[in-house]
Amino acid sequence: MKEYQTITEISGPLVYAEVDEPIGYDEMVEIETDDGRTLRGQVLESSDGLVAIQVFEGTTGIDRKASVRFLGETLKLPVTEDLLGRVMDGSGQPIDDGPEIVPEERRNIIGAAINPYSREYPEEFIQTGVSAIDGMNTLVRGQKLPIFSASGLPHNDLALQIARQATVPEDDTDDEGSEFAVVFGAMGITAEEANEFMEDFERTGALERSVVFMNLADDPAVERTVTPRLALTTAEYLAFDKDYHVLVILTDMTNYCEALREIGAAREEVPGRRGYPGYMYTDLAQLYERAGRIEGRDGSVTQIPILTMPGDDDTHPIPDLTGYITEGQIYIDRNLNSQGVRPPINPLPSLSRLMDDGIGEGLTRGDHADVSDQMYAAYAEGEDLRDLVNIVGREALSERDNKYLDFAERFEDEFVQQGFDTDRSIEETLSIGWELLSDLPKAELNRIDEELIEEYYVEDETEDAAEVTAD
Amino acid sequence: MSQATETDTDGSGVIQSVSGPVVTARDLDARMNDVVYVGDEGLMGEAIEIEGNLTTIQVYEETSGVGPGEPVVNTGEPLTVDLGPGILDAIYDGVQRPLDVLEEKMKSPFLDRGVDAPGISLEKQWEFKPTVSEGDTVEAGDVVGIVKETVSIDHKVMVPPNFEGGEVVAIEAGNFNVTETVVELGNGEEVTMRQEWPVRKARPAVEKKTPRTPLVSGQRILDGLFPIAKGGTAAIPGPFGSGKTVTQHQLAKYADADIIVYVGCGERGNEMTEVIEDFPELEDPKTGNPLMARTSLIANTSNMPVAARESCIYTGITIAEFYRDMGYDVALMADSTSRWAEAMREISSRLEEMPGEEGYPAYLSARLSQFYERAGYFENINGTEGSVSAIGAVSPPGGDFSEPVTQNTLRIVKTFWALDADLAERRHFPSINWNESYSLYREQLDPWFTENVTEDWAEIRQWAIDILDEESELQEIVQLVGKDALPEDQQLTLEVARYLREGYLQQNAFHPTDTFCPPEKTYLILTAARTFYDEAFKALDNGVPVEEIQAIESVPRINRIGVQEDYNEYVEELKDDITDDLRGLY
Ligand SMILES: Nc1ncnc2c1ncn2[C@@H]1O[C@H](COP(=O)(O)OP(=O)(O)O)[C@@H](O)[C@H]1O
Ligand SMILES: [Mg+2]
Repeated sequence: MKEYQTITEISGPLVYAEVDEPIGYDEMVEIETDDGRTLRGQVLESSDGLVAIQVFEGTTGIDRKASVRFLGETLKLPVTEDLLGRVMDGSGQPIDDGPEIVPEERRNIIGAAINPYSREYPEEFIQTGVSAIDGMNTLVRGQKLPIFSASGLPHNDLALQIARQATVPEDDTDDEGSEFAVVFGAMGITAEEANEFMEDFERTGALERSVVFMNLADDPAVERTVTPRLALTTAEYLAFDKDYHVLVILTDMTNYCEALREIGAAREEVPGRRGYPGYMYTDLAQLYERAGRIEGRDGSVTQIPILTMPGDDDTHPIPDLTGYITEGQIYIDRNLNSQGVRPPINPLPSLSRLMDDGIGEGLTRGDHADVSDQMYAAYAEGEDLRDLVNIVGREALSERDNKYLDFAERFEDEFVQQGFDTDRSIEETLSIGWELLSDLPKAELNRIDEELIEEYYVEDETEDAAEVTAD
Repeated sequence: MSQATETDTDGSGVIQSVSGPVVTARDLDARMNDVVYVGDEGLMGEAIEIEGNLTTIQVYEETSGVGPGEPVVNTGEPLTVDLGPGILDAIYDGVQRPLDVLEEKMKSPFLDRGVDAPGISLEKQWEFKPTVSEGDTVEAGDVVGIVKETVSIDHKVMVPPNFEGGEVVAIEAGNFNVTETVVELGNGEEVTMRQEWPVRKARPAVEKKTPRTPLVSGQRILDGLFPIAKGGTAAIPGPFGSGKTVTQHQLAKYADADIIVYVGCGERGNEMTEVIEDFPELEDPKTGNPLMARTSLIANTSNMPVAARESCIYTGITIAEFYRDMGYDVALMADSTSRWAEAMREISSRLEEMPGEEGYPAYLSARLSQFYERAGYFENINGTEGSVSAIGAVSPPGGDFSEPVTQNTLRIVKTFWALDADLAERRHFPSINWNESYSLYREQLDPWFTENVTEDWAEIRQWAIDILDEESELQEIVQLVGKDALPEDQQLTLEVARYLREGYLQQNAFHPTDTFCPPEKTYLILTAARTFYDEAFKALDNGVPVEEIQAIESVPRINRIGVQEDYNEYVEELKDDITDDLRGLY
C-alpha cells in the first residue's frame, strides 16, 4: 500500500491530496498525523492525480506533512450475530470493553437497493401498546415510521416505550423462530440522552438483543454520515441473513442532515433549500428505504427515525424530505405536551401509510378502520370549533357542535393520554374509541358501517328513554 | 474515426474523474446521448456533455469504487427501449431492465451492478397472425400482424416508423421470437416483432386532435367536477401524505384506458410492491381480466440510481407512444415528476451548470413541456387514432405551490387537481381542494357525458358548484359569529353543502364498493342531494324551522350511497323518503 505525503489543501472536513495511481470513488482512506494519530476518511471525488477526502473525525491536527494511505476498498462493517449486546462508537469501534469481534463477513455499508420486485408488502400489525399509534396510525413490520418532534419534547420516552412494548399479537403464523432485536443508531445526541437510552436498555434487559452505535454530541460531526449506515447494515444482516425482526431507532436525523450540509458547504456545492444539499432527498432515501420485508426471508427491518424539527416547522427540509420518503410520521405536539398528555401525540397530522393493509378482520379487528376514520373526522371537527368557541362562547353553539367539542376533549384526555408506562391492547384501544364515539348521535357516525354501529355502539342508559326507543 | 488518436483507434476512452453518478472520460469517441459502458464492471451510462477531449457521462448504476484509469466503451447508440410483445405485465427499472430478470440474474433481492438484460425476452415464442398478405403494399407504421400479448391486449405488429415500406414479399403465420423476421418487403426491409426506439425522441404521428372523450376514472370528484380527457394532461400537486399516490393508483386501477403505463419515479419501493402484488389480483373494470394484463410498470425508486430516475420518464412515455401507435388509449401516471426534476438538478449541479431558479437547471421548463407535449389525442401514421394521457404527481417542498416544478407544470397541463393537507388531516379523501382545482376540458367533454350518462349532467354539476361556492363564502362568516347566527336559508345551504362534501366529494379508496364509482352513480348522488335541497327549501318556505329540517331521519343516508352496490334502488327510495319526511313537516 502506497503512502502519500501530498496533501495540497485542507478545508473544513475535507482534505485534498495528489496521487499517482487511480483511486476509487468512496474508497476508504487513513491519514496519519505528526503526533501519531490515525484518522479515517472516505474519497468523495476522484480524478486523475487528485482526490478529495472527507475525514470522519474532522481535520483538526492534520497538516500538509500528514501521510495518506488508500485502503483499496469502500467502508466495510464486520458483521456477526455476536454484535448483539455490543456497544460501538459512531464509526463502529467497540467501546464496551467486550471481547474482540470475530466477523462472519465484512459488508459494504453503502448497501445496495432492494429490488422492488423482491420486496414483500408489509402488513403484519405491530402492537405498540400506544393508543394514538395502534388505533389511529398503526405500525406494521417492515415499515419506516419516523417521529417528528422538536427540542424539549419527550420523543425519546415514546421511542423507548415502543421498543419495550412492541409485540405482534397472536403470532402463530409463519415465523415462530424469528426473534426480536433492536439496533440503535445515535447521531450527535447528548451524553445525558444516551444514558437515558442505555439505562432503559439495561433495566429491561433489552441490551442483550440490541446493537448500539453511539455518536455523541461531542463526537466528530462528519462521522454522523456513517453511523446510520453502520446501524442499517447490521439491521439488514440480522433481518435478512439471521431471520430477526429488527427495530431500528435512529436519532437524531436532524444532526445527520446538519453533517451533510457541512460537507456540502466545504465542497462549495450549489446549495438547495435552506443551505442543505440538493441531493439530500436521494441521500435520505438511501437510508430510509433500507427498511422492509423481502420475499422468502423471515426477518424484517422496521425503522423509527427520530428528528427534531428546527423551529417546530414541518416545512423545514429535514422533516419535509423525510415525510416524502417514509411511510407516514408521528407528530409530537408541544401543546399537548404542556397540557400534560403523555405521550403527546397529535394524530391529525400523523399518518401511517401502511395502516390500511395491516388492520381489519383477522389482523386487528373488523371495526378498526371505520373507528379510526370516524375519530379522525370527529376530532378534526372538534378542534376546528375550539377557535370559534373562543370568540362566541359555548352557548352560541348548537348542541351538535357542543358534542364535538366534548369529544375532542375526551379524545385527548382519555384516548391519547395514557402515560409512558401503560401498555394497552388493541381491544382496549378500540373500546375506548367506541366509548368516546358513543357520545355522538348514531346518525353522525357516517364513516362506520351500520352493522358495526349496532355491534359496538354503547347505548347511554341515562338518556331520555323516549329518545332511545325512537329507533 | 478520423479524429481518434493513435492510442485509441477503437473509440473507447479512459475515466478521468468520478463524482457520484457523474463520470468524465477522456479520448472517448462519442456523440451526445450515446450509451456507454463505464469501468471494469461495464456500468451503463449516457454521454451528456462533450467538451474538447472530455466526455461527461451520467451513470445509471452506483459508482462506488470506480476510479480513474478504468476503460469506457461506447456503444455508438443512443438510449433506446425495446418495443414489442412482453412489455405488458412487466416491471422495469428506469432504463427498461426487467426487475424480475435482474433478480434472477443477480441471484439476490438486492440490486447489484453491471448486469444488463433486454427489455423484452428475445427467446420467448409468440404466435404471429398476419393481417396482410403477400403482394399487399405496406407503409411505415402499418399493422402487418397481431400477437395475443396478454388476455386483454392484442399486440399489433407494425412496420417501424423509419422504414420505407413497400410490397410484402414474404409473410407467414406461426410462432416466432421477437428477433425473427415475420415480414419481408420487396426492398429488402425485414420486419421483426421488436422495434428499438430512442427514448428522448417522440414517435412520429400525423397530427394532434382536440380530445373529446373523457378518461373516466370512477372517482367522483374527478369525473364529476374536474374531468381529464383521453389524450389530456393533468397535474396532482400536494404535500406529503395528501393523497398523490393513492389518486394515481386509483387512476391506474379504474381509468377506462386500454393500457396503463405506471412510472414510479424516485418514490417508495413498497408502493411499487403494492402494485405488483395487487394488480394481478384486481379486475380491469373494462374487460374483467387481471389489471396487470393491461399494465406496464416502471419502478425506479428513490434509492435507485439517480441517472436512471432521470431517464425513467422517457422510458415510460416512449412505451406509451408505442401502444398509442397501435390505436390504443394509453394513460401514463408519473409519480413523481418532482423527483425527476430533482434528478435533473442533481446531475446539472455535478456538471457545474449555471443554476436557474432554486438550483434547477435553466432547461427545467423546456423538459417538462417536452414531456407533456408527448401526450395528446393523435392521428397515427397508420391512420388509426390513439391517445396518451399524462398525469403527473408533483411534490412541492413544504407543500408550497409557488415553487418552480409546480409552477412550470401548471403552465402546461390543462387539469389541475390540487391536494390539500388540511383536508387530508381531517381524513376528507380524496383531499382534492374543489375551490382551487380546475379542468380546462370540462366544457369540451360535456357533450360526451350528456350523450352517454344524462341530459342534465352539466346543469346539476353547476348547481353543486354554486352550493359549494356559497358554502366557502358563508364559512368565513361562520368563523366569526357561529352557524346559529346565520339566517335560516343560509344555514340550510350549509347543510346541503355538508352532504355534498361528505356524500359526494369524499370517496374511500379502500372501501370495496366506494373505491370505484361509475358516472351514473356519481350523477345519482347529486340528484339525491338536489332532492333534499329542493324539498328542504320548500319546507322552509312553508314555515318549518331549520332545526326540524336538519333532523329528518332519512337525509344522512346520502352519505352512504357511495358504499351501496344496488345504488339505483337505494337512491330512489332515499329520494322518496326525504320527500315524505320533509312534506310531513308541513
Ligand atoms: N381516496 C382515498 N381514500 C382513502 N384514503 C386515502 C385516499 N387518498 C389518500 N388516502 C390516505 O392518505 C394516505 C397518504 O396518501 P398518499 O397518496 O400516499 O399521499 P402522497 O402520495 O401525497 O404522499 C394514504 O396512505 C391513505 O391512508
Ligand atoms: Mg406519494
